[in-house]
Amino acid sequence: MHLAHIFASGMGGIRTSGDLVAWLQLIKKMKIAEAKQYVAEKLAVEISDLTNEEVMRQIRQDLGIGIITSVAGSPKGMRAKLKVAELLDVRINSVELFKSDIG
Amino acid sequence: MKDKIITRMGDGELVSMAAEEVEEGILAATREAAQRAEIAELTAEEMEALFDVMADSSRAVSVRPGQEVIVTDDGCSMSFYSGQDSGGVGVSLSRMQAILTYERACAADTTSMGHSDYSFKPVKPIVNSEMNEYYTISMMTTAPFLYGAQPNMGLYFQPDGPHQNPADLLAGGKIKEAQEVQEAAAAQLHQDLVFVGKKLNGIGCEGLNFDTAGSAGDADFLAALEAIGDLRKAAPDMPIILGGSGEFVLGMHGEVTFNGRQLAGMYPHEQARMAEAAGASIFGVAVGTNTNQSVAWNIARTLTFAKAAVAAVDIPVHVNVGMGVGGVPMMEAPPIDSVTRASKSLVQIGKADGL
Repeated sequence: MHLAHIFASGMGGIRTSGDLVAWLQLIKKMKIAEAKQYVAEKLAVEISDLTNEEVMRQIRQDLGIGIITSVAGSPKGMRAKLKVAELLDVRINSVELFKSDIG
Repeated sequence: MKDKIITRMGDGELVSMAAEEVEEGILAATREAAQRAEIAELTAEEMEALFDVMADSSRAVSVRPGQEVIVTDDGCSMSFYSGQDSGGVGVSLSRMQAILTYERACAADTTSMGHSDYSFKPVKPIVNSEMNEYYTISMMTTAPFLYGAQPNMGLYFQPDGPHQNPADLLAGGKIKEAQEVQEAAAAQLHQDLVFVGKKLNGIGCEGLNFDTAGSAGDADFLAALEAIGDLRKAAPDMPIILGGSGEFVLGMHGEVTFNGRQLAGMYPHEQARMAEAAGASIFGVAVGTNTNQSVAWNIARTLTFAKAAVAAVDIPVHVNVGMGVGGVPMMEAPPIDSVTRASKSLVQIGKADGL
């Protein structure tokens, strides 16, 4: 059932930009249109590109913010989230804790 | 447009309905919801758009490109390894494996974990174990990773908890006593929500989900709202989602207030305002599915409530669309045709910020 919603209405998570837009909703309490606009401006793309795999795959790789497929050595998890927080200019709780741990 | 539409009832039964019957159902449902909550009915254009979604002959439908929204979840990854009672498919996966599979194989916008009992009370004694697992997994996840559980004040009453059961007291006509035990239970629940929230914040929790708040009534909803207020001060960097439990707050107590407003009887647009006032990051609208009515009727009703809630607040509003809520049929394996129609309608017509 969750997968049906992801298929019908979801933004695609780290396959495209769903995680980035979700951070804005959670951290900055932005409505969907505002959150998409914010992310599109940070990425310098059109809003329609945010769910376009052909565009987002390369952008995610270039920015080091994690891609959907597994490439040995490529950023994922905390390493990617550090860059996401910087890109979006947001305070991600886990990232803040990690940064405080590594000094 | 064809005369007969293949659709379903709220219990999932596949039925063939005349187009006029579907249209009448949509109109009746939006009128019923609007009258109950004193909000606007769907417009003629919106009803027509919903009819078109219901009449689409495709098995599955989806939103138009560019209209996608965020799909949060309430422990979806648990469905990989849990059993039938949690909608689970019983695959032998660890919690981390399930969460990473959901994030990477299913392309989920957010992920989450929770205790298998999915209530805050049982989390409290094992919170250190949950913190360890959350922290380890959060090193691996890229998408927002939430911790979810239900306030579930019912667990604080006998035979599951220390307080006398208000249902027994109410049945005996002891209204004042029933209110007092609910106030005592709500105070304890409030403390537990804040305790668990602070602990999770200490290990960098990326978001806390107070799922199905108000399931035991208005005092339950109050405890969640007050806990959010406390956590906003103690854990300002930890987002909090507040999900409702029904289209109106049950008045089991009847007189508790938040921000000077009586909580009992509040419909989603007012629930959302309370969530926003408390400091929630996202509010989740929950509207129960009526199994005796059609899916079109149920979606129209949910749409009416959801549209008003989305317009009432500046925070994002997600609509709950699990089994038996949001127009989705009440059954263990909700049919894809109905699920995607609820999904598309609530986003495109209801203007939901997410699901």
